[in-house]
Amino acid sequence: MNDMYTEKVLDHFRNPRNMGKMENPDGVGKVGNPQCGDVMAIYIKVKNEKIFDIKFQTFGCTAAIASSSIATELVKGKTLNEALKLTRTDVARELGGLPAIKMHCSLLATDALKAAIEDYRKKKKGG
Amino acid sequence: MNKVYMDYAASTPVDREVLDEMLPFFDKYYGNASSTHSFGVDAFNAVEEARESVGKIIGAKNDEIIFTAGGTESDNIAIKGIAFKNRDKKHSKGYNIITSSIEHPAVLETCKYLDNIGYKAKFLPVDKYGIINLDELEKSISKDTFLITIMFANNEIGTIEPIQEIGKIAKKHNVLFHTDAVQAIGKVPININNLNIDLLSISSHKIYGPKGVGALYIRNGIKLETIAHGGGHEKGIRSSTYNTPGIVGLGKACQLGLKRMDNDVLNMTKLRDILIKKNLEIEESYLNGHPKQRLANNAHFRFTAIEGESLNMLLNDAGIAAATGSACSSKKLQASHVLTGIGLTPELAHGSLRLSLGRKSTKEEVEYVCETIPGIVKKLREMSPLWNR
Repeated sequence: MNDMYTEKVLDHFRNPRNMGKMENPDGVGKVGNPQCGDVMAIYIKVKNEKIFDIKFQTFGCTAAIASSSIATELVKGKTLNEALKLTRTDVARELGGLPAIKMHCSLLATDALKAAIEDYRKKKKGG
Repeated sequence: MNKVYMDYAASTPVDREVLDEMLPFFDKYYGNASSTHSFGVDAFNAVEEARESVGKIIGAKNDEIIFTAGGTESDNIAIKGIAFKNRDKKHSKGYNIITSSIEHPAVLETCKYLDNIGYKAKFLPVDKYGIINLDELEKSISKDTFLITIMFANNEIGTIEPIQEIGKIAKKHNVLFHTDAVQAIGKVPININNLNIDLLSISSHKIYGPKGVGALYIRNGIKLETIAHGGGHEKGIRSSTYNTPGIVGLGKACQLGLKRMDNDVLNMTKLRDILIKKNLEIEESYLNGHPKQRLANNAHFRFTAIEGESLNMLLNDAGIAAATGSACSSKKLQASHVLTGIGLTPELAHGSLRLSLGRKSTKEEVEYVCETIPGIVKKLREMSPLWNR
């Protein structure tokens, strides 16, 4: 069953980076639907418009976990505007590819990231 | 610990004795069993001997067994064969075929197909254990009904259906009764006469025989329409040159299966009960299927807030081969119809795990699996945003 995934996917699945819940995050993005078997949460801390710290939690398959892990790695330290430019294609490419049927997992990761940034901006505006 | 195989419900290794019995039929007795020369007669005799062994495991006569390419083909031949024979009942008011909603796709999809082309099929719901409702079965029967097809035991959750009662109902209303016994053969004693079964599907590779061969029991006197026309093999019901090595393998597998059933069941039940007891000690883990009325080799769980494909992948990393009903592991990205059929929400169905034992399973393997699962469940729950305990 491992042939389905690249080594990079399996590495991020087995050793997820930035995994866990974050205390007092500046922004939270939660997307997906437990019914479909995918729920992703991304938590960010922001300093000077940069993602200073990032964490994720994922309920989902190997591809979903690996996608969220690599997405956090790719945007950590980046400015919010830079992070917003991350696409599903970037995520899939950085993982060395995903099976066609699992491509939606990479979209979920970028959606969660966008939602977290929007949440931060909304709070900032409101506060 | 070496690799641990706990997916015997998916397939089994070919028994050494079965393989030894098969080998000469590849290069020594290679004649076509339909030929009348000595090469053909050698093959023919072996096929007929196998037919007897297959009949014996279910209490059927030799001439009530036909060989097929597997369980799926047996199901198709039986259900379509009976339906096409009764084509005058198409477009009727009552149900023509009654089945359950948790059948193997080989039965479920065949019935859906027939329903699409003008027959009327009833898909009986099941209770939370996966058992069909006998009252509803009986109520669904009308003068238009010609076939009941209900699996002997479920391939995912291991629940054994009330076959004897179904057989009685079928007989009472003069309706034919087919059962897919692919998972039950070798694990449950079956006598087609006591159980009033008219047609029964068998697969070889689930009982330590080779892949690509199966059998269908058809009670003498029952007429089926042919779905694969050709040279007229197997009473004209299933044409195709005899797969002699495969058939010999299935015959031997049935012979051994019958001989070893008591020991196998005793061993597997003991191990299964350890699996169930230990895994239910994990927080928010549940058993799917019936607590008692289940196959000796099946333990099926669900774990809150984790997803089955990830679980299965980490088990595979630990050398354990298991199965899941998770949508993410399926090609259709849909939760298992069996798990949703027993009332689980797709969310709960995603976190399911099937461990299925076999003849060679050991206590050491079971202990290793029981030691490994809690850590993996914990790891995935730490990762899960749905786990807030």
